[in-house]
Amino acid sequence: MSKKQIKTTVNGVEHEILVDSTWTLLETLRDQLKLTGTKEGCSNGNCGACTVMVDGKSSCSCLVLAPEANGREITTVEGLADHGHLTPVQDAFVDNSGLQCGFCTPGFMIATTALLNDNPHPTENEIRLKLAGNLCRCTGYDKIVRSVQDAAERLTKS
Amino acid sequence: MPNFDYEAPTSLSSALELLGQPGENRPLAGGTDVIDQLKSNRRNADLVVDLKRIPELLNIESNGSGLHIGSAVSCTEVHNFTAGNGGFAALAEASELVGSVHIQNRASVGGNVCNAAPSADTIPSLLIHEAVAHTASASGEREIPLIDFFAGPGQTVLEKGEILKELVLPTPSANTASAYLRFIPRNEMDIAVAGVGSLIEVDPSTNVVTKARIALASVAPTPVRAYAAEEFLEGTKIDADAIEKTADLAVGSAVPITDVRGSAEYRKELIRVLTKRTLTICLERLA
Ligand SMILES: Cc1cc2nc3c(=O)[nH]c(=O)nc-3n(C[C@H](O)[C@H](O)[C@H](O)COP(=O)(O)OP(=O)(O)OC[C@H]3O[C@@H](n4cnc5c(N)ncnc54)[C@H](O)[C@@H]3O)c2cc1C
Ligand code: FES
Ligand code: FES
Repeated sequence: MSKKQIKTTVNGVEHEILVDSTWTLLETLRDQLKLTGTKEGCSNGNCGACTVMVDGKSSCSCLVLAPEANGREITTVEGLADHGHLTPVQDAFVDNSGLQCGFCTPGFMIATTALLNDNPHPTENEIRLKLAGNLCRCTGYDKIVRSVQDAAERLTKS
Repeated sequence: MPNFDYEAPTSLSSALELLGQPGENRPLAGGTDVIDQLKSNRRNADLVVDLKRIPELLNIESNGSGLHIGSAVSCTEVHNFTAGNGGFAALAEASELVGSVHIQNRASVGGNVCNAAPSADTIPSLLIHEAVAHTASASGEREIPLIDFFAGPGQTVLEKGEILKELVLPTPSANTASAYLRFIPRNEMDIAVAGVGSLIEVDPSTNVVTKARIALASVAPTPVRAYAAEEFLEGTKIDADAIEKTADLAVGSAVPITDVRGSAEYRKELIRVLTKRTLTICLERLA
């Protein structure tokens, strides 16, 4: 089994780690760095439970090889809140009940944060389209859409 | 997952050297096809060669010879580069349809081409824009018109150790418009049951079509051009009747199969409808 030494910044912290060439970034985050906020659903790019940011761009970590993270900056759901202070996106999901079981939520946090970075005032259609890579089996999506709209408002005010 | 090694060369020459070595050596661009294929043991590899650290493969630019798309440029970047500048509308539309935002951020248009799925969404728009595939291997470079690039489902004419370097699309004239539409049973995140890209160049004084290109997805073992429809439309004054006739002729170039996504007959009807719609959109864009 071939190993690669990589240097990667995860949530602002630099890690120098040995990864297996065949591991995914998702496996490295969860099993090696113990950042279990990022979830594994489908493992093939369809559900978005594993969404993280790679150099600021939302990506399915199940479709990234661990060695690809070399020299990249990764943001996971654990990297959003600042010393326990939730971000406006996180607050909006809490206040609008944008979650039930919560399995999809870390992916939605990253996807929503990336969406609002790109487009601070998305329409409902844009929200539904741009979050189509994140599946939720519980909420029926309406409360998620409302959470995103509220998050957009909060971010505009803050 | 097969047990493979991983390299991320920073120059084209070292990538070509690695890929030319004995063994099953696989290029990796965005990985949105190949990582899943490796995980599910549908593809094997001894070595995966990541192309995303090679500057010339990450370059997208427009110059005198047209639009140059490095083979590892992501769908997001291709969309952002082509949206709004008008000339390559079909490509801007198609690159925004590939999976979700998270997929588009990593998936490359070059990978969509090299994966050679008959349903690949960006291929019809590249074909109607007359893309030429520039390839490179340790033994030299080739220029292959994209229509000659595909050998079957998942098969290209690339040889061992040869990669797609860039796609080059000539700049269309001002009187040209293009559009791509696919049909899927939901709004997003699905594989095309059928797709059609259309491009027309129209003489504004006579409304006569001076160039027509129509390409179809998901209705043959490879992406195909609808030559009979193109030939009919070229030299014809474009109106609703001409569009109707062109759409009927496009169906003749479709040789679809029946599978879980749709019957052969349904796919043929989709080709007729999508050809009509894309040509109508082209006309609106020219108005
Ligand atoms: C959830 C999901 C949804 C999707 N939705 C769509 C969709 O709607 N429409 C669609 O068309 N596709 C879709 N796809 C498929 C895939 O995302 C696209 O085909 C994508 O463009 C592939 O690009 P990539 O850079 O990720 O390719 P990779 O996976 O890196 O490579 C694909 C293949 O091409 C080879 N390759 C890559 N680059 C080169 C090169 N420069 N030279 C030679 N060979 C090369 C690789 O070895 C591999 O065999 C989807 C995939 C997922 C996971
Ligand atoms: S686990 Fe990665 S998209 Fe589902
Ligand atoms: S809250 Fe349960 S999957 Fe979304």
